[in-house]
Amino acid sequence: MATLESFSCPLPKLYYDTVQLAHGSGGKLSAELIEAIFLPCFGNDTLNQLEDQATFAVPKGRMAFSTDTFVVNPIFFSGGNIGDLAVNGTVNDVAMSGATPKFLSIGFVLEEGLPIEELRQIVESIRYSAQQAGVNIVTGDTKVVEKGSCDKVFINTSGIGFIPPEINFGIAQIRPGDKIILSGSIADHGMAILTKRKGLSFQSGIKSDTAALNGLIATMMESEGTIHALRDPTRGGVATTLNEFAGQSGLGIRLQQETIPVNDAVRGACEILGIDPLYVANEGKLIAAVSEEHAELVLEAMRKHPLGTQAAIIGEVTNDHPKKVVMENAYGTERIIDMPIGEQLPRIC
Amino acid sequence: MKYIDEFRNPQAVKALVHEIKSISTQKWVIMEICGGQTHSIMKNGLHQLLDGVVELVHGPGCPVCVTPLELIDQAVEIASLPNVIFTSFGDMLRVPGSSKNLLEARSEGADVRMVYSPLEALKLAREHLDKEVVFFAVGFETTAPGNAMAIAQAKKEGLTNFSELISHVLVPPAMTALLSSETNRVQAYLAAGHVCAVMGWEEYEPIAAQFRVPIVVTGFEPLDLLKGILMTVQQLESGKHVVENAYPRAVARKGNQQAKALLQSVFQTIDRKWRGIGIIPQSGWALTPEFAAFDATLKFETGHIKTQEPKECISGEILQGIKKPNQCPAFGTLCTPEHPLGATMVSGEGACSAYFRYHKEV
Repeated sequence: MATLESFSCPLPKLYYDTVQLAHGSGGKLSAELIEAIFLPCFGNDTLNQLEDQATFAVPKGRMAFSTDTFVVNPIFFSGGNIGDLAVNGTVNDVAMSGATPKFLSIGFVLEEGLPIEELRQIVESIRYSAQQAGVNIVTGDTKVVEKGSCDKVFINTSGIGFIPPEINFGIAQIRPGDKIILSGSIADHGMAILTKRKGLSFQSGIKSDTAALNGLIATMMESEGTIHALRDPTRGGVATTLNEFAGQSGLGIRLQQETIPVNDAVRGACEILGIDPLYVANEGKLIAAVSEEHAELVLEAMRKHPLGTQAAIIGEVTNDHPKKVVMENAYGTERIIDMPIGEQLPRIC
Repeated sequence: MKYIDEFRNPQAVKALVHEIKSISTQKWVIMEICGGQTHSIMKNGLHQLLDGVVELVHGPGCPVCVTPLELIDQAVEIASLPNVIFTSFGDMLRVPGSSKNLLEARSEGADVRMVYSPLEALKLAREHLDKEVVFFAVGFETTAPGNAMAIAQAKKEGLTNFSELISHVLVPPAMTALLSSETNRVQAYLAAGHVCAVMGWEEYEPIAAQFRVPIVVTGFEPLDLLKGILMTVQQLESGKHVVENAYPRAVARKGNQQAKALLQSVFQTIDRKWRGIGIIPQSGWALTPEFAAFDATLKFETGHIKTQEPKECISGEILQGIKKPNQCPAFGTLCTPEHPLGATMVSGEGACSAYFRYHKEV
């Protein structure tokens, strides 16, 4: 597989080392930023036309369209940076409909004083992630705000994908008896961010799981198992996504605690901080509701994909306890898994 | 995972539950002191396993819950001052004051920062010599050594821009107050393992003797808790009432002597108000006169702030084990984690929060 370095673009040097207000003015410095930083990395036939809009041909059928804004702090973390997240997050939201993601827009809000070198690294990650996901960045925008008006860099991405005929994933399709499949270990992204934040002085070795999941989804669809719903458990974690499944379908979900994969380093960090991994964000995982008879087929296909090696059936959909998520543990007792309230805060002792 | 999975082993859990059931001749009422124990019990469903044999009553050992409302109001007042960096552990930030909590104060412009240790607050004080850095020093004997160390270090370094808003409370006076109450139902205690890791257990021996109650020093994992419950039931069944240690991997009889020496040099025992319970004599710590310059209440003159609790909240009765959270008319209706009336619904260790999270009707 090609390495990040082998794809790197030969970027010309800019006059300034940091982002200036004038870089967002629409004048000469704006043009310089676009030509020196953005075009060499994102360049494609559509973008290179530098029109006010992107135009492209569309196939017949249904499209998926999604948008997301990224304000993560810190902007660089173990396993990725805000640029990877901005691409993968929107690609995944589009892909959860069964669509093949094709086009992305990207909007930057840059804080005056951001080192150009950091911007270059972010842009390079965007290029690499977009290439890995097979999407083109076809339109974009940059604004610069005064120092203190934003935190280094905020990024918005929107994505468009095309849904193959006869594919209709959605929570409305979930049925009692469906199996709940999780594509891999939980809480890696959220704990990577938390342990990198200022003030936490232990070295965790935890890496964000940020990844584009459209390849994994394509593999699942090729298995020809009946997938009813897909969602990526980002903010609020697995608990939130499953509560959305239960709440919107009117059905209950039963989980088996010991089947949910959590990597040891993540578990350790969660234990120390008093945080429940079920509520922690993921950026490269999906949850599927799959018909009972096809669950093993889909699971087997997932496990052959690099992003699904730890995939597991973690529970099932039931008519019991409508709209509630209940988890059984190895002692035979059970507890409610509720929606989270606000951000989880580390406890005192 | 080593040191965790051994203490959560399902076969061992089942064996201990079986043993407890086999020796019990009646339903015993046992109070776990610590909120961390309450959450572990609820999260793992241990109360379900022991149903009919042991009634577990949830004690006052949640530092967030027993911190008086007026301390929260003082914290908000200090945090809202210009030139102050107010630092706190995470779970104090959401505790409701009488008009707002610390997170709301932050959204209005106060410089409120979450830290993971008082030593981080001290570091902020070194980095911001032009600002006053205040740490919200809340908790039982468990968190006290760290808070005392920060003060001692600040004095040693001559840092005059560091202070602590202190609300330290002590477990043994609360245990005595509960047992002295006319409404007491508690027949035995699971003492809080982490508190005993600092203080040891000698100070519990007079309580066990005076009130003729078994006290067993207990940890937090399912097997720790069940072992503590088993030892307690064994004492109850045989009419014994002594202090025993079910948490020997963390607790020694005399505790952590270095920490205790530090505590003795920095703190003095005072009467303290407990949220929902009231004043318990000699139940808290304040700085000794030698360290008074680091007392935020004196530095910012907030001692005059006094506040009344909301009438609907029965957290006092819950903290004393008189009522269970789901016996409160406001539980889950007027009072939810999104809109808590009392701290027991906010804190990660609060009994109401534990019931709301894990124990709503399935």
